[in-house]
Amino acid sequence: MSDHQLRVSKIPRGTVIDHIRAGQALNVLAILGIDGRSGETVSVGMNIPSDQMGQKDIVKVEGRELSQDEVDVLSLIAPEATINIIREYEVVEKQYLERPERVVGVLSCPNHNCITNANEPVETKFDVLDDGVRCEYCETIVREDLAAHIAVE
Amino acid sequence: MRHDHLITAKQLSRENVEAVLDRAAEIDADPAAFADRHDDAVLGLCFFEPSTRTKMSFETAIKRLGGDIVDMGSVESSSVKKGESLADTARVIEGYADALVLRHPSQGAAKMVSEFVDVPLLNAGDGAGHHPTQTLLDLYTIRENAGLDDLTIGIMGDLKYGRTVHSLAHALTNFDADQHFISPESLKLPRSVRYDLHESGAMVREHTELDEILPALDVLYVTRIQRERFPDENEYQQVAGEYGIDLETLEAAKDDLTVMHPLPRVDEIAPEVDDTDYATYFEQAHNGVPVRMALLDQMLAEREEDR
Repeated sequence: MSDHQLRVSKIPRGTVIDHIRAGQALNVLAILGIDGRSGETVSVGMNIPSDQMGQKDIVKVEGRELSQDEVDVLSLIAPEATINIIREYEVVEKQYLERPERVVGVLSCPNHNCITNANEPVETKFDVLDDGVRCEYCETIVREDLAAHIAVE
Repeated sequence: MRHDHLITAKQLSRENVEAVLDRAAEIDADPAAFADRHDDAVLGLCFFEPSTRTKMSFETAIKRLGGDIVDMGSVESSSVKKGESLADTARVIEGYADALVLRHPSQGAAKMVSEFVDVPLLNAGDGAGHHPTQTLLDLYTIRENAGLDDLTIGIMGDLKYGRTVHSLAHALTNFDADQHFISPESLKLPRSVRYDLHESGAMVREHTELDEILPALDVLYVTRIQRERFPDENEYQQVAGEYGIDLETLEAAKDDLTVMHPLPRVDEIAPEVDDTDYATYFEQAHNGVPVRMALLDQMLAEREEDR
């Protein structure tokens, strides 16, 4: 896509998350805890035509680079996504996602009877399986719709 | 995690299991020899759910080893009632005891507490999760009556919520045991247990009718179908009736079938079975004492060595 076709202009510094599966952009924002209240400039493109994917979503966050924890969870929800770190309007680093071995404190356990849902001072921990994730406490396996279990404050 | 916490039966290797069962057999043969072994030990009992067998057999076990208990008492009379977290309660009680026994209604409770305490912790049941000490006494009973290898076992009833079932199925993967699971569709093994059984290479064979497999069984492990899980009383009655056994059912069984049940039973085993050679469930409950003595003996001895 050439510059004049860009729906949102280039950003000076921050992160562009590209090739997000269409429809997942808002979940990506949820993972990053971005709801507009902290003031950063955020642009979201949804259902953008893509040669590679048919349609894709894009999220641009100005002035912020992602932590490893955030990248780990993104890789579960949006495994095809690429992360571009931008400085001075240029891509200085391109990251392809790798599945982590575990994710801590980001997903909530869907088992209401799990100790992590009982107001105890403990973070959720999930082991990553080939086809889902598994709560390290109650051992519940979640395969479908991981995005629905993102623990949003 | 401390190596001596016992949280799930998945931690138990064949070697671990045999060490506990061998020690339990020694205790069974000569209980007096173990009478004063741990006369300065104090066991902390934290039961957040009702229990008769498990709690009393732990209490008997530590007393027969010469030790004593401190008991949190019922949830109603404890500071849990004031809103104290489990993590805090456990960290307080660990200061009073050499080891803790925990039963709690939430799955994963023991795993969580194990991250907070520095004394050995025994999981005595966490919701629908695990109950590894019950498994050890189940294995002891099976070994005494049928042997743990070349075994064909049927596990019947509430396989979905039955924590004794989950722990037993895991532990049996250490042995040459053919496991058959018999339940209504709605109470089949949960996905997490099936996943672990597949991972360990065990074959999961599921049945909806006991008749299909009963004649081949060496052991039939019956569990209570929990009425409270059914939205409709009629549906419960229908299922409970189908998964109960009586003398007529057992006509198709081998003469030396061992019938087990973790108890309490409601009506899944007719009282007429109690007087037959099949009935092993009261012996099984009594085995809770030597097996828990063996486990505590091992755990406390390791702790004394660490001092």
